[in-house]
Amino acid sequence: MSGSALDLVAGIRSGRRSARELVDAHLAEIAARDAEVHAFNLVTAGSARSAADAVDDAVRRGDDPGPLGGVPIALKDNLCVQGVETTCSSRILEGWKPPYTATVVQRLRAAGAIPVGKTNLDEFAMGSSTENSAFGPTRNPRDLTRVPGGSSGGSAAAVAAGFAPLALGSDTGGSIRQPAALCGVVGVKPTYGAVSRYGLVAFASSLDQIGPFAGSVADAALLLDVIAGPDPADSTSIAGAWEPVLPSVGDGVAGLRVGIVEELTDAEGIHPEIRAAVEAAASALEAAGASVGRVKVPSAVYGLSAYYLIAPAEASSNLARYDGVRYGLRVDGDDVASMNARTRDAGFGPEVKRRIMLGTYALSAGYYDAYYGQAQRVRTLIIRDFARAYEQFDVLLSPTSPTTAFALGAKTADPLAMYLSDICTIPTNLAGHPAMSVPFGTASDGLPIGVQVLAPALGERSMFRVARAIEVAAP
Amino acid sequence: MTDWETVIGLEVHVELATATKLFCACPNQFGDEPNTNVCPVCLGLPGSLPVLNERVVEFALRIGEALHFEVPPESIFHRKNYFYPDMPKDYQVSQYDSPICANGWLEVDGTRIGIERAHMEEDTGKTLHMGGGGRIHDAEYSLVDYNRAGVPLMEIVSRPDIRGPEQARAYVGELRSVLEAIGVSDVKMEEGSLRVDANVSIRPSGAEEFGTRAEIKNMNSLRSLGRALEYEVERQIGLLESGDRVVQETRHWNEEDGRTHAMRSKEEAFDYRYFPEPDLVPVAPTDEMRAKVLGSLPELPAAKRARLIDEWGVTEPDARVLVGAAGLSSFAEAAVVSLRGGTPKDVVNWCNGDVLGYLNETGLSVEVLPLAPDALAELVGLVADGTLSRSLAKDVLGECLREPKRPKDVVAERGLAQVSDEGELGGVIDGILAANAADVEEYRAGDDKVKKKKRGFLMGEAMKATKGKGNPQLLNKLLDERLG
Repeated sequence: MSGSALDLVAGIRSGRRSARELVDAHLAEIAARDAEVHAFNLVTAGSARSAADAVDDAVRRGDDPGPLGGVPIALKDNLCVQGVETTCSSRILEGWKPPYTATVVQRLRAAGAIPVGKTNLDEFAMGSSTENSAFGPTRNPRDLTRVPGGSSGGSAAAVAAGFAPLALGSDTGGSIRQPAALCGVVGVKPTYGAVSRYGLVAFASSLDQIGPFAGSVADAALLLDVIAGPDPADSTSIAGAWEPVLPSVGDGVAGLRVGIVEELTDAEGIHPEIRAAVEAAASALEAAGASVGRVKVPSAVYGLSAYYLIAPAEASSNLARYDGVRYGLRVDGDDVASMNARTRDAGFGPEVKRRIMLGTYALSAGYYDAYYGQAQRVRTLIIRDFARAYEQFDVLLSPTSPTTAFALGAKTADPLAMYLSDICTIPTNLAGHPAMSVPFGTASDGLPIGVQVLAPALGERSMFRVARAIEVAAP
Repeated sequence: MTDWETVIGLEVHVELATATKLFCACPNQFGDEPNTNVCPVCLGLPGSLPVLNERVVEFALRIGEALHFEVPPESIFHRKNYFYPDMPKDYQVSQYDSPICANGWLEVDGTRIGIERAHMEEDTGKTLHMGGGGRIHDAEYSLVDYNRAGVPLMEIVSRPDIRGPEQARAYVGELRSVLEAIGVSDVKMEEGSLRVDANVSIRPSGAEEFGTRAEIKNMNSLRSLGRALEYEVERQIGLLESGDRVVQETRHWNEEDGRTHAMRSKEEAFDYRYFPEPDLVPVAPTDEMRAKVLGSLPELPAAKRARLIDEWGVTEPDARVLVGAAGLSSFAEAAVVSLRGGTPKDVVNWCNGDVLGYLNETGLSVEVLPLAPDALAELVGLVADGTLSRSLAKDVLGECLREPKRPKDVVAERGLAQVSDEGELGGVIDGILAANAADVEEYRAGDDKVKKKKRGFLMGEAMKATKGKGNPQLLNKLLDERLG
């Protein structure tokens, strides 16, 4: 499938093409090729077709079909849609149909977008390869022997495979940007609080943020402008109207100051070709009128350690509710406590159990201060160091992922190696800042490389201008 | 023999009477079909998020003001993590080391009781154990009603400043009056909108160090609070005097056998793993909110008592009874406004006597009585102008408490108006004296004891003859005149 979402919207709006044809074509692609990719847990063909018909009717009546009118979109399977099974790729939620719809999905529908299905993920968004899914891994459409990254691997793969021009994912430590890089698409983690989390099944509440996948920077901007903005149902959502990013995406980078983050670019484990790609992207920006320098964010190196205390701690509490009492899986026991334990033992996969135990330990009496407390202090340091960096630079650059897409099974036996996949993306989540991954050529293995663009809180407009310039210059 | 000192600290949970729950728009009300006042938020469904009800903060500020608390610029919510089926998220959103109210106090009978803190938290659902004896251990299965889940609570934690069961009762009574006066809660212990747990310990008089404490739960009225604490104090003194020691544990008050019992739960050391609730932002009441609360706080019970003693001339104990009974002082004040004859003191006497007695007996609240305040005022007027004797007035009031009738109508209906015509009553007395000449003789010849007895008899005959409607003062006067 080809064509940007912006072009598709224009075509449908003008009546040159029908939303129904477009949706049918995408559903046909999914039917033909998703058996090998496994981007989707569920394809909602029926509701997609009727939503497409409604868009076509609106166009025929002369009504505005909305900024995303008729565009198919894939939703990560941790976003609630009323009456549609939402599993988080976990046995414990298998069969659960939420009685309500996430704010982002309501906004997508109001904008005319057509949800076509729920995409695979690492169970409860915990992982970097989409191999931790209870329903089997997703494969990278660029090379089916490789992982698509994770945890939003299904959404990244759906866009990369042409199953949908747009997708939504969630990013807690890199779960949008890393799979975007590995699949060769654009992925955005917005400023914490820019997009409502209402209806996103929580992994780590202080880090989770919903964001777009798209085939281009402009399409990502289009989608972000639809989903962002304050929501009274999310207390952590930022008050004040969202300033759209799409209008300025092509404004160029003249006068912008761009800093390469040394700790994230020169670190051990970053593949030399990826480091070179970041340098090349920086040179291209310089050629386009930006000033480029190098900057230190010293505490960024502690990001991974802090993250693996804070995120599991919050997860241990967020995932307590899956106890077999009210919904989802129940495995009977002699009493309530044994029913709880058996249900959780049968329902959660190994990585989820590992993180629940880590987090429970980090919060327990006598250890709280040494682990959770210390991690929060590191978080404060990271925020301070980024603030200093942004005194000198408008946006920062780094690799998105230390490597290109790795082979299925390559890291499943070694959780720590898997955790290192997110070393470049985690610091932004801890700071609450926005960051995005833009494809920038391929490595000698033929797989895509992603460059990460970082910005201060609500710095999305500069971030998108830089990302667009990188996209234009990409080899 | 050692002299022992009792040390008590009380944790009072108050359900706030807001229209909606703490973190969602579900109605905060009782008595509905199970699991009807619920939504994704109070059911803790995956993906749902809490949004703080601003009314709760306003109520907390009222409590802060009324109980002399400091209210810091910011407080935060924490999660208290533990598994229980009636808790939808398996954590309770509560406040931990940063409560909205800190360092308050309440004066109780001239003693200032320190209050460490008051914090906001969500209530749990209710578990119903079905089959067996309705208890968890022999139930066949259990059902959970989440209507109460997410109802806003304030937990008000006193310092260990209370020195005995009587003072504990007085503290809770005064606290209840204050919370009622400021309109934040129904404060009904029997219905669970005010729940009290007590930490009780004993130490030798004059000791600095606290003894080992037991936590007492399940006291559902002021009376059971007093009984439970008296039992527990005796139990602990008994242990210490026989050389045993008090075990730190939670004990359950049993109303039927009048004892506290160690809870049967396993000896688990709970680790609630508190951490700041990431789904909520800090609670920072604005100056505007604070000013609004300050400007709208009604008269507190202590001030009201002082005013009634001063303006109405009632005694301190009477003022305490009146102000301590839910809604009664407002009722009395409304009646006083309507008085046409009689005094506020008369109103208070009727309120504290027959009205309160009726309320206690029936369990009704004053707001639902058929008797309107101006009807009570009318009754007081009828006594003051001599239309009704006190004993007839009692009958009339009894009827007006049960049915929506005006005292004047009852008087007319039953022909109860008191006879105060001196000529008519004089004739009655003359007739009685003539018909009972022997008794009159005995009266005249008798000593004080005989005189008293015979006089009482003649007076009774006179009342009988007037069917109880004769003005007693007048009859007494006429009788005295004739008996010389």
